[in-house]
Amino acid sequence: MERLRLEGVGKHFGAIRALDDVSLTLAGGEVLGLMGDNGAGKSTLVKIIAGNFRPSHGSIYLEGETCDFHRPRDAQRSGIEVVYQDLALCDNMSAASNVFLGRELKKSFGPVRIIDYRSMHRKAGELFAQLKSETRPRDLVRRMSGGQRQAVAIARTLLAEPRVVLMDEPTAAISVRQVAEVLELIRRLRDRGISVLLISHRMPDVFSVCDRIAVLRRGELVADMLTETTSPEEVTGLITGAIDSIQRVPA
Amino acid sequence: MTVSLEKAIGHSQHGTLLSRLMNQQVFWVFIAAALGCISLTLVTDTFATERNLFNVTRNFAFVGIIAIGMTTVIASGGIDLSVGASVVLSAVVIGVAMSSGLGFWPSALLALGASLLVGFVNGIVIAYLGIPPFVVTLGMLSLARSLALVLSNNRMIYEFGPDHDLLLALGGGNVLGIPNPLIVMVVLALVMSFVFRWTRWGQYVFAIGGNENAATLTGIAVQRTKVTIYMFSSFTAGVAGILMVGWLGSVTTNLGTAMELTVIAAAVIGGANLAGGEGTVLGAVVGALLIEVIRNSLILLGISTFWQGAFIGTFIVVAVAFERIRALRGQD
Ligand SMILES: Nc1ncnc2c1ncn2[C@@H]1O[C@H](COP(=O)(O)OP(=O)(O)OP(=O)(O)O)[C@@H](O)[C@H]1O
Ligand SMILES: [Mg+2]
Repeated sequence: MERLRLEGVGKHFGAIRALDDVSLTLAGGEVLGLMGDNGAGKSTLVKIIAGNFRPSHGSIYLEGETCDFHRPRDAQRSGIEVVYQDLALCDNMSAASNVFLGRELKKSFGPVRIIDYRSMHRKAGELFAQLKSETRPRDLVRRMSGGQRQAVAIARTLLAEPRVVLMDEPTAAISVRQVAEVLELIRRLRDRGISVLLISHRMPDVFSVCDRIAVLRRGELVADMLTETTSPEEVTGLITGAIDSIQRVPA
Repeated sequence: MTVSLEKAIGHSQHGTLLSRLMNQQVFWVFIAAALGCISLTLVTDTFATERNLFNVTRNFAFVGIIAIGMTTVIASGGIDLSVGASVVLSAVVIGVAMSSGLGFWPSALLALGASLLVGFVNGIVIAYLGIPPFVVTLGMLSLARSLALVLSNNRMIYEFGPDHDLLLALGGGNVLGIPNPLIVMVVLALVMSFVFRWTRWGQYVFAIGGNENAATLTGIAVQRTKVTIYMFSSFTAGVAGILMVGWLGSVTTNLGTAMELTVIAAAVIGGANLAGGEGTVLGAVVGALLIEVIRNSLILLGISTFWQGAFIGTFIVVAVAFERIRALRGQD
């Protein structure tokens, strides 16, 4: 069952071609690993799907329907959530406030609507429990470990029932034990039928959770293949350009 | 399982009430100000007089009102150097309007409109053109003050038409012995404490100051919010300007000169973090209080007011150093 489809997506910033004619599909409950060197265009692709940028060319379909996102809020409404590369957390705020940032729960207080912290703490606590994370809703993000911060960023994606979660290097800056935690979180998303696009530079992570692996090189998609049909060596060759390109997914 | 979930939800990082209090910069600044007041009462027989206290509280209120606006700007990661100029612009506008025969309320609306316009222009240029707030508001400092000069033709205004007495009563009068500017400050402080904590706008001020990029990525209307933040700051300056005219009974074009520095000092001493993301209304008020106590004590003790800068400067550095030390301790 196809969930997300990109057709001929391209993006240029002035003279820089960040993405060129990228076509890709993602099935329901599938984890797709997206790899590529620095500057290959991975984050740009994520930001296009998430509504931060509009593509210069091409189209995006979510469950067969055309998407035309002008703002991140539009993508969120359609069930697309993102964990950004730098996590996009506010250090000076609590875990719960970060989870609900931009989507605060409100309640009536006389004539005005105010933020409903009690419900936010409760809901955030439930999400962390679901993710089996020890993160506490009232703690300030500033004092959290890398793994807990990831849990906050991931919990945020689960607020509304998401259909697709995009993760931009969720395991880049954290300890080995925490990486295992995050990979577990990704498997939990998948088990709930959510499609995940995982960007990572870490070969072992990609090979342990992804069903498929795609490779971007200088803005072009040079490979799209099932994980069991490839190897870390081959993927490395594709990333560097030692291997030109491979298409190995049954259409 | 449910028990531990309840515990996690209810868990607070802060310890007992006392240790929480001791960890607050505001608390120590308040102690300093209180000690200042107590020793002045003991050492001089001029401090605790009705007349002096009346002056102290009113001066303090003017700085406090604007410091609340400044704290909002600083908490959002910005700075507003144009507040002193907004004060004089608002004062000149109400002065010119009233002396030409307009009543108090329409004139006050014009004055507030002028200051809101200052903030609007600041905000638009900062948010949409991406020019640093320091530069934009520095330019505005010069521009707004120059407009005030042009409008008043550098004349002193001391006749305010039909509502002359109302203006003077508002700025210089009191209710049950409490100076009106102080009442305005307290009301503003209560409202803004509520807004900071309980409204989206308040949360977004801190989100933008904490991580502007994150705020943008999560879909917060960062640019629009910034415009409103600078408008609020100018608004507080405009309100203070109107009250100051009423208090002084005249408008001169040097009104509010260098006031931005006093106000920023109050905000920073009260715990506003110039890197953004931190600041409290209570801190702004207590910071303003300390500055006024310092100023007043120098006068009463017969020390040259030239020393004022040295004391305030020291307090700024001490306050920020205090914050640094606390942050370093908090890391382990
Ligand atoms: N907002 C922007 N304006 C101009 N150029 C941009 C912008 N965002 C990205 N680029 C350029 O687009 C190209 C792709 O960048 P992108 O961030 O997508 O790479 P990436 O694959 O995510 O790299 P990394 O592994 O370092 O995160 C780079 O050349 C980058 O400089
Ligand atoms: Mg990237």
